[in-house]
Amino acid sequence: MSHSHPQINAFQEQILNAAKNKTLLSIKGGGTKSWYGNPNSHTKLDTRTYSGILEYQPEELVITACAGTPLKEIEAALKEKNQVLAFEPPHFGEKATFGGAIAAGLAGPGRITVGNFRDFVLGARIIDGKGQDLSFGGKVMKNVAGYDVSRLLPGSLGTLALLLEASVKVLPKPAATATLRCQISQEKALKILNEWAGQPLPLSASCWIGSTTGGDGELTFRLAGAAAAVKAAIPLMSSLVMATEVNPETAEHFWNDLREQYLSAFANLGADQTLYRLALPAACGPLTITGASDEIVLEWHGQQRWITAPGNEATFKAIKAIANSHGGHATRFRQGANVDPSNQRFTLLSEQTHSFALEAVQERLRSAFDPAGVFATKRLP
Amino acid sequence: MIPMNMVTPPPELAAISALQSKLVAALRPILPEHALLWEPEDTIPYECDGLAAYRRMPLAVALPETEEQVAQILKICYSMQIPVVPRGSGTGLSGGAMPLSQGLVLSLAKLKKIISIDPFTRTAVVQPGVRNLAISEAVAHLGLYYAPDPSSQIACSIGGNVNENSGGVHCLKYGLTLHNVLRVRGILMNGEIVEFGGLAPDAPGLDLLAIMMGSEGMLAVVTEVTVKLVAKPKLARVIMASFDDIEKGGNAVAAIIAAGIIPAGLEMMDKATTRAVEEFVHAGYDLDAAAILLCESDGTPEEVAEEIERMTKVLEEAGASGIQISKDEGERLKFWSGRKNAFPAAGRLAPDYYCMDGTIPRRHIATLLKRIQGMEEKYGLGCLNVFHAGDGNMHPLILFNGADQEEWHRAEEFGTEILEACVELGGTITGEHGVGIEKINSMCVQFGEGERESFWGVKSAFDPEKLLNPDKAIPTLSRCAEYGRMRISGGQLPHPELERF
Repeated sequence: MSHSHPQINAFQEQILNAAKNKTLLSIKGGGTKSWYGNPNSHTKLDTRTYSGILEYQPEELVITACAGTPLKEIEAALKEKNQVLAFEPPHFGEKATFGGAIAAGLAGPGRITVGNFRDFVLGARIIDGKGQDLSFGGKVMKNVAGYDVSRLLPGSLGTLALLLEASVKVLPKPAATATLRCQISQEKALKILNEWAGQPLPLSASCWIGSTTGGDGELTFRLAGAAAAVKAAIPLMSSLVMATEVNPETAEHFWNDLREQYLSAFANLGADQTLYRLALPAACGPLTITGASDEIVLEWHGQQRWITAPGNEATFKAIKAIANSHGGHATRFRQGANVDPSNQRFTLLSEQTHSFALEAVQERLRSAFDPAGVFATKRLP
Repeated sequence: MIPMNMVTPPPELAAISALQSKLVAALRPILPEHALLWEPEDTIPYECDGLAAYRRMPLAVALPETEEQVAQILKICYSMQIPVVPRGSGTGLSGGAMPLSQGLVLSLAKLKKIISIDPFTRTAVVQPGVRNLAISEAVAHLGLYYAPDPSSQIACSIGGNVNENSGGVHCLKYGLTLHNVLRVRGILMNGEIVEFGGLAPDAPGLDLLAIMMGSEGMLAVVTEVTVKLVAKPKLARVIMASFDDIEKGGNAVAAIIAAGIIPAGLEMMDKATTRAVEEFVHAGYDLDAAAILLCESDGTPEEVAEEIERMTKVLEEAGASGIQISKDEGERLKFWSGRKNAFPAAGRLAPDYYCMDGTIPRRHIATLLKRIQGMEEKYGLGCLNVFHAGDGNMHPLILFNGADQEEWHRAEEFGTEILEACVELGGTITGEHGVGIEKINSMCVQFGEGERESFWGVKSAFDPEKLLNPDKAIPTLSRCAEYGRMRISGGQLPHPELERF
């Protein structure tokens, strides 16, 4: 794994120069998620010069690839062997890279059942802020040798170290899938989805789209698993909510458009508007948010909610307070053209009960890997 | 391997006794009388954990009953700069809870309440001393259970599971502790209460919950854990397949996965183990088989029927010499009984056994087993091989007589060579038992100086004074230098040419 590559030397040189000159580096792949996180317009470190799948043995359920590898190249290689990245990372553009997807740490519809990106990371090779080429974790599922540093990278938005290579667990594509749809109120949808999730049913993903002001919305849910299990669950579940099956092609488009945010609820974000992401506990019922647009999207059985509302500080503050009071947190995910780009996009650790002391821990952790602050872009606070 | 007393020479007894008096005096006001032990006859049960070969007496043992007491103990030790070794049920197999002669053992065993169970959100909030199996038992009536099931689940605690990132026979399908814990509440060495993760699908900032998992009690003391509960499958059935060749068995494991099946459990035993356990449990194992594979399917009856059929086909194609499918729950448990009793069965063959825990890529299972056969001859010791084949986690049980120091030394050398083979084959020295004190030298083989230095950086981020279980898991630079010299002088290089990833 730790073979040398001229590009790695170039990265090391760029990092050491930045450390010497006390400048910041913004790590970027295909730039498809450059809008995500706090603004970071520093000198770019482009990972795409280090690209390619290094090892993929389907029977090991692991793929190892360079950070600059196009995500679609990885998914195509897996598809050939009937395997998938089960957490369905969003691409947000043709040029999305493997490393960028890891740094963003975002996951798609399957996340509620199979887990987050970090649950699938088995190992990583990085260059730290001192220019050291380091490897953590490995290529096996069970590994407790040393602290699990590789799992700190998903969602770190390039603020910890440069990711060079990662080994990620993959899963076989489910033998069968089916998508069903019904009209149901938000409250009832949240109730039945959580009830189903506690039963041995092959429920794999859900999405409710409707009005914040009440009334029925459209619930789409996906079943995945053994063919017999899916077949048996369809009549059982659909009879409870009067759902009908969506044709497979339409269904595939729907889940893709949801993940990539092509659905109408996400399109045409007003210039003064912001798309907020709320991460919430399963117990959280319907929320009322003053000033929010009518249409909202609930994923992950209600644990991820998308709300469009004015981009000003007062609105974000109110949304953060609501999320916080339910044990969750809120993010300014996308901002309209007129919204202040210098806005803080995330909930801070200091804004949450009992994570205040972790702010200092996190700060020390970052400086252990990056004492000169080369990656201290604050893209993730 | 160097005997422990050469690594950490015992300090003057007088100095220890003075420090002990100071510590006891400081802790007495905050703990009930029965919750603080310092007389040798009271502290001796704490001198080791499940790895009995490594023992040391602590200054004192504290058994707090509330989170507030835990915080106060830590604050006091922090102000006195006395190191603290947290301890759960003491079932750990790597000496992770071995005391420090100038430190306090902080037992969390009395924090054993299940605080709440919420069937709607499929979560339970439990204190760290709650036993793993007690969670599943408490929620069984709701049709739910807590998935990770390490072999020691009757006794091991959830706090210990967090600190070792424990797995179990079902983790191939249901994940490790990491995948089944939503939130950990803990206390930093300086007494500050913190929460990692949360009930939401993610939390702000870096994913510090992930780094807490498997951190061997070195980053924070766990005081509360919110676990994920999952729906109990309606049915489980197991296939018992025999193979006349160990390589065929290993290939069958790969073939199952390559066929797109994730079994609920996929375990293997070699011939020596099969014979040892059959004598013990009478499960009707095929004694002529070179390897026995247990392959389990769970889910709805329809799902299980479909999966068992697919698995059977793959196993037959992989050359299984015999296949039996459990007809009912009784037979399923019988098939499993041998695998679950491999450790006690090993205990009947020799006075002691030394359990290893390396993990390798699945495709190298047969290679490693053949190498172990060679090592049995080299060291003149027998070895039983049981393993979580589905995830490549091997548990070779080296048989020896602990009363014979020379034999124990050989067993240790044997174990070290197995771990180095695991690293060479692209695996790791520990899959689920942790590094603790036992495998600390092998960390010098698996990781380079830069990685080890980074681990110390992580440690310092949480515990800048390095007071929380400071002598475990991460070797110091000088220790690795010493280990390197020793291995070379013993005529064996510590494989500097190995790839570390």
